[in-house]
Amino acid sequence: MPIEKMLMNGSHVVGEAAVRAGCRYYFGYPITPQNELPEYLSARMLDVGGTFIQGESEVASINMVLGAAVAGGRAMTSSSSPGISLKQEGISYMAGMEVPAVIINMMRGGPGLGNIAPSAADYFQATRGGGHGDYRTPVLAPAGSQELAELTFLAFDLADKYRNPVMLLGDGLMGQVMEPVVFPDFIDLDDLPKKDWILDGCEGREPRALFSMLLGQKGELYYHNLHLHEKYDRITAEEIRWDAETPDDAEMIVVAYGTASRIAESAIEELKAEGFSIGLFRPITLWPFPKPPLRDLAKRVPKVAVFELSMGQMVEDVMLTVGERAEIFFHGLPGGIIPTPAEVAEFLRSALKGDGKVGRRIEV
Amino acid sequence: MSAEVAYKKVFERPESLKDVPTHYCPGCGHSIAHRLVAEALDDMGLREKTIGVPPVGCAVLAYNYFNFDMVEAPHGRALAVATGIKRVHPDKFVLTYQGDGDLAAIGTAETIHAGNRGERISCIFINNAIYGMTGGQMAPTTLLDQNATTAPGGRDQRLHGNPIDITRMLAVSDGVVFAERCSLVSIKDIRKAKKAIKKAFQTQLDDLGFSIVELLSPCPTNWKMSPKAAWAWVKDQMTNTYPLGVIKDTTGYEDKK
Repeated sequence: MPIEKMLMNGSHVVGEAAVRAGCRYYFGYPITPQNELPEYLSARMLDVGGTFIQGESEVASINMVLGAAVAGGRAMTSSSSPGISLKQEGISYMAGMEVPAVIINMMRGGPGLGNIAPSAADYFQATRGGGHGDYRTPVLAPAGSQELAELTFLAFDLADKYRNPVMLLGDGLMGQVMEPVVFPDFIDLDDLPKKDWILDGCEGREPRALFSMLLGQKGELYYHNLHLHEKYDRITAEEIRWDAETPDDAEMIVVAYGTASRIAESAIEELKAEGFSIGLFRPITLWPFPKPPLRDLAKRVPKVAVFELSMGQMVEDVMLTVGERAEIFFHGLPGGIIPTPAEVAEFLRSALKGDGKVGRRIEV
Repeated sequence: MSAEVAYKKVFERPESLKDVPTHYCPGCGHSIAHRLVAEALDDMGLREKTIGVPPVGCAVLAYNYFNFDMVEAPHGRALAVATGIKRVHPDKFVLTYQGDGDLAAIGTAETIHAGNRGERISCIFINNAIYGMTGGQMAPTTLLDQNATTAPGGRDQRLHGNPIDITRMLAVSDGVVFAERCSLVSIKDIRKAKKAIKKAFQTQLDDLGFSIVELLSPCPTNWKMSPKAAWAWVKDQMTNTYPLGVIKDTTGYEDKK
């Protein structure tokens, strides 16, 4: 079978990947910079006999996702930062009810309405649950179009495997950039494991009820939370993903994800040409954060440089992981400002020297 | 053995209703409304095809009482959740059962837009003009001058706004094919309500559009009345603001007769 390499806008990549991964139910509300995704799916769902609804709000859309998911469909919504805030209610309910769904966040600058430039300021919201209650959602951070496709597939598989919402955390740049992509093949929906918990009418069986409210006096909610956290522990043990390129003699590793990691790659190339030996550690799952491999690296590399498109969110997970094993430096830009590789290279030079001219040294 | 001959069962619990006691207060309309929904589903052979969505509010635990598949929705989102379900299972029967706070306050957008899309969903709307579960706060449907814990001295038009007639608002949309308001405070009214519920269900089976049956329902506890006085209050007061009857019917069913 010939390999079909396509040049596509990142938002379209997510839409096509979702359809190939068996998503037949999309619900969303327009918000820049991710409108190309619902636009693409509004047409594509017609081709494949799926459902596209432009909901009356993000709140309605996420609850349509909830409904489609409890009915057994592979369902998805997408938005950008302010819209994702509105979806948190539904995400919390789905986490409590253990309902699988995929949520795409093409982040933009915040807080509030912010701007429509690419940003990575929603890390805390994404990795700490986001809504009310003691829950987590796996968060996947692609760094380009090929990963947008592959991680969209993974998001649906993880959601079903663990009966949990999964977030794909991209940004406005990734959603607009065109890059070549080779799509995985269409899955056959009949090949997916049967879901024995869905609601499809009680013919031939006892009725089922799905709910997150547990008012009982025997600690029902307590035990439900313990059950959820046993699941989160399993996800943490089994599902961390990362990419690392670290020379044996590395003086420093850069930790960056998503678009920031692409800029860091170019900056590292610059420094390599100057004779420095620098590695790149790129978390792909932001939750669970890939702690063990980063911890191992920090044992042998003296410096860790964190670069983010925020004023410092992932850096807290790096601090929790690295501790005092290595010196930690941070450089970040808020408000949707995308620095050039040259600016990031300046940060890396400054971190190597420890002169504090660009970025800052982090005290753990 | 002779008992089989001597007695004939003329009244029993509908199969769509579990044989368990409910948490509803004495004189509450929910028990009657539950029974009517259950009887209608039984009569129409729909129980095993049904997926129901209860509200957040007094009926949040309805899944403990109804004997068919049910899923909890966040407050006000029942019709959005139901939309998702119906789009996955267009051949199944999907209903929501919602109170006035759920349907006409926090869920207004979901209500209006599900109706306007003409979702093939049947909505049972319990209007008791008060927030029951949270303890008697003002509802969007609270009558003018009616007391509520957040409208001391009674609902004041200038201070609190007007009682909302959301069923009439819904009826404006072409997606809504059947809307009727009934009450639960006399045998005659209850019989009429069941007929309306069955008709609403039929519109879904016939793929006509969205249907809603509003049921004016007593809440003696939060109205601080005896059940008997609460029933009278529905009849004498509520029906002035919310007149009973068919609000919209484009089903064409009557024409067929």
